Amino acid sequence: MTHVLDPTAPGRPVAPGAPDAFADVTRSDAAFRAFLHGLPGVDQVGAEARAAQLGTRSIKTTAKAWAIDTAISMVDLTTLEGADTPGRVRSLAAKARRPDPADGSCPQVAAVCVYGDLAGVARDALAGTGIHTAAVATAFPSGRASREVKLADVRDAVANGADEIDMVIDRGAFLSGRYLDVFDEVVAVKEACGDAHLKVILETGELRTYDAVRRASWLAMLAGGDFIKTSTGKVSPAATLPVCLVMLEAVRDFRAATGTQVGVKPAGGIRTTKDAIKHLVMINEVAGPDWLDPVWFRFGASSLLDDLLLQRQKLRTGHYSGPDHVSVV
Amino acid sequence: MSVFEYAPAPESRSIVTLRSHYGLFVDGEFTDGGGAPLKTVNPATEEVLGEVAVGTDADVDRAVRAARKAFTRVWGPMRPADRGKYLFRIARLLQERAREFAVLETLDNGKPITESRDVDVPLAAAHFFYHAGWADKLEHAGLGPAPRPLGVAGQVIPWNFPLLMLAWKVAPALAAGNTVVLKPAETTPLTALLFAEVCQQADLPPGVVNIVTGAGDTGRAVVEHADVDKVAFTGSTEVGKQIARSVAGTRKALTLELGGKAANIVFDDAPVDQAVEGIVRGIFFNQGHVCCAGSRLLVQESVHDEVIASLQRRIGTLRVGDPLDKNTDVGAINSPEQLARIRELVGIGEAEGAHAWQPEGDLPERGYWHKPTVFTDVTPAHRIARDEVFGPVLSVLTFRTPDEAVAKANNTTYGLSAGIWSEKGSRILAVADQLRAGVVWANTFNQFDPTSPFGGYKQSGYGREGGRTGLRAYLKES
Repeated sequence: MTHVLDPTAPGRPVAPGAPDAFADVTRSDAAFRAFLHGLPGVDQVGAEARAAQLGTRSIKTTAKAWAIDTAISMVDLTTLEGADTPGRVRSLAAKARRPDPADGSCPQVAAVCVYGDLAGVARDALAGTGIHTAAVATAFPSGRASREVKLADVRDAVANGADEIDMVIDRGAFLSGRYLDVFDEVVAVKEACGDAHLKVILETGELRTYDAVRRASWLAMLAGGDFIKTSTGKVSPAATLPVCLVMLEAVRDFRAATGTQVGVKPAGGIRTTKDAIKHLVMINEVAGPDWLDPVWFRFGASSLLDDLLLQRQKLRTGHYSGPDHVSVV
Repeated sequence: MSVFEYAPAPESRSIVTLRSHYGLFVDGEFTDGGGAPLKTVNPATEEVLGEVAVGTDADVDRAVRAARKAFTRVWGPMRPADRGKYLFRIARLLQERAREFAVLETLDNGKPITESRDVDVPLAAAHFFYHAGWADKLEHAGLGPAPRPLGVAGQVIPWNFPLLMLAWKVAPALAAGNTVVLKPAETTPLTALLFAEVCQQADLPPGVVNIVTGAGDTGRAVVEHADVDKVAFTGSTEVGKQIARSVAGTRKALTLELGGKAANIVFDDAPVDQAVEGIVRGIFFNQGHVCCAGSRLLVQESVHDEVIASLQRRIGTLRVGDPLDKNTDVGAINSPEQLARIRELVGIGEAEGAHAWQPEGDLPERGYWHKPTVFTDVTPAHRIARDEVFGPVLSVLTFRTPDEAVAKANNTTYGLSAGIWSEKGSRILAVADQLRAGVVWANTFNQFDPTSPFGGYKQSGYGREGGRTGLRAYLKES
C-alpha cells in the first residue's frame, strides 16, 4: 500500500466528473484513501438512536395524507425476478400509471425498475406518462463481471430505452481498499449512461459499517452518481433507517461542500406506509425539505405501493378495505 | 412554511382525572394540610390544574411519626423478600399506569410528552424494579454481612423530573428497609400524589411512604425534624448549603445532589453528526432543566465553525411548543420565576459580549417559554460559563489541546457530569480520568440507568444515587 505521505506516490489526471472542490482527492490511491478515511466517523449507537428517535414522530391527518401521496410519487415500482416477462412488465407499467384504478386523484409513481432486457417494454408501456424507465445494470446484483461486460450491460439497457441506470459498486474492491478502482468504474459507467441518470447502489448490507456507508456515499457522489442507493434488494439487511440517515447526511454535506445535489434511494425492505413516512420525516429533518421530491428521493419497492394505497383509501373512506381493493401485477 | 408540515398530534389528556383539591398523604390516607393551599399550574398554558394542600410543622410531625411507627412495627421487621414484593408491585403499577403518569407529568411540569412517556416514567419504573431486586440481597451490597436501615428518611426533591426524582429517592430507601417522608417541589406535586394512590393500590402498609406537599417552609420542616435519621435532597446548591448547615452537628446522614455546569467536550476527531445530537440532547433535553445538562460546549478550535454550523442547522429543526403534542421537542419553562432567572442570565451573557443565536420561529403566547439559545464567543470568565442557567441556553467555549480542554472543563465550582466526543478510545479514557465530574459520558450524553451511580464532586453535592453504591446512602454497616 502506498502511504499517504509517500512523496513518490504516482499522480494521475483529475477525473472529469469530479466537482472542483474535490478535484485532487482522486489524484492517487493514497490521496483518495486519506480523503475517505478523513471523513468524520459515524458513531453506531448514536446514529441508530437518532434514527429511532425520528421514527417516533407522529404523522397524522393532513400531514399523513400529504406524506402518502408524496411517497407514492417517489416509488420506483420494481420487478427484478428471473421469471419476469414482457407481460408482467406491462402489467407493472399499467399499475405505475394508475396505482389506484378507482381513484383518479392518486398520483403516479416515479419510475418502473426492471432488468435491462425489458427496458424497452417498460419504456413503450410508459410512453407519454412522464414515468421514468429504470434498469439495473453492471452485472446486477453481484457486480461480479469484467468492466467491459458491465459497461456493455449499461449501454444495452440505455439502448433499450432506460433513462435511469441502477448500477452496483464493486463491493469486493471497496472492502479490500481499492477505492480508486471503484471510483473509476463509477466514472466509466456514468460516461456509458450518456443522458441517463445514474443511481449507484452501495449494497450497504455487505459494507456492514456506517463508516463504510459514508465513504462509499462520498465515493459515488465524487464519481458523478446522480443518486446513491442503499441496496439491490437481494441482500439482507437491505435498506434500514440508520443507513438512510447516514446517506442523507452525506448528500446534505456534499451539497454544502460542492453545490451539487445528489438524490437518495433506499431499496428493499420498506414495505409499510409507516416505514415510508419515517423516511420522509428523516429527509425533512436531516437532509432538508429540498429532498422531499421524486427528483431527489425514491423508494425502491414492490409491495410498499400496495400498503400506501390501502392507507390512502383508509384515510379517505375512514375504513380499511383489503388486498382485493388494490390491483395485483 | 415547510412543504411537510406535521399536523398537530396531541396526546389526549382524558386519561388523567384532575381534582380541584389535593391533600397530603400521611399514614396511608389523604388528609388536609394546615397551611394555605398552593395552586399548581400548567406552565404551557398558565391553566390552574388544582389546589394542593400545604403541610405545616405539625403536618410534617404527623408524617414523621407515621413513618417512625411504620419503620419500627411493620417495614423494619418485615422479611426482606416481602419488601421486595411491594416494590415489584409498585414498579408494575407504574408501568400499567404509565400513560396517566406521563400525561400528568407533562401537564404539571411542561416537559414534552415524548420525554415523560419515553424517559421519565419508564426510568422511574426501572428504578423500582432494580431496587426491588436488592431488597433481599442487601448482604451482598458490600456493607458487611447484615447491613441495617437508617430509619426514617426525609427527602426533598426538585421540579425538573418530579416522578423520576421521587423514584430515585423512594426506591432505594424502601428497598433498604427505611420509611420515608417526601416533599415534592411546590410547582410539580401532582405525580407524587398520584404515586401515593399507587402506594394505596399496592397495599403498601400505611406510613411507609408519606408525601407532604408545600413550599420551602415545608421542606425545611422535613429536613429539620428531630426524628428524621436521614436527609436526602436534590435541588439548588444554595438550598443544599442551607440544608448542610442545618444538618451539621446532628446524627442525621445526608446526601445532596445539587447543581452542575457540565462540559461537553468535542474533539476534532469526533463523529460530528452524533456529537451534534449529543450537544442538543445535552442542553435542550427537558428545556435544559437538568442538573447534569451539558451547558458548556467545549469544542476544539479546528472544528468550531463546522460544529456550530451543524448545530445551528439541527437546532432549527427542534419543535418548540405544546408539550402534549407528540412531535414537540422542547416544552415550556416550568415557572415564571425560572423563566425570569434564565432571561436575566441571557441578558448578562449579551452584556458581557458573548454572541447569542436563536432559531427562527414563534413561541406560544400564553405560558412560560424560552427559545433554544446558543452563545458563542464565551470565555471562562463569563457569568454564562460559570453560573448554572438551568434552561435551554448553551455556552460555547473553545480549546486547542486536550490539556486545555481538561483545564477548562474542570474550571467550575461544580462537578456533576461531563461528556467527551472522540473516535479515539485512548483519548476518551485519558481525558475521562482527569475530569472531576461524577458522571462522564463518552460519545453520548444524558443517559441514565438505575444500575449506574449518579452524583457530584465539589459543589454538585455528595453521596451517590443508583447502583450498588447508591444503597450506601440508606444503610448502616453491621
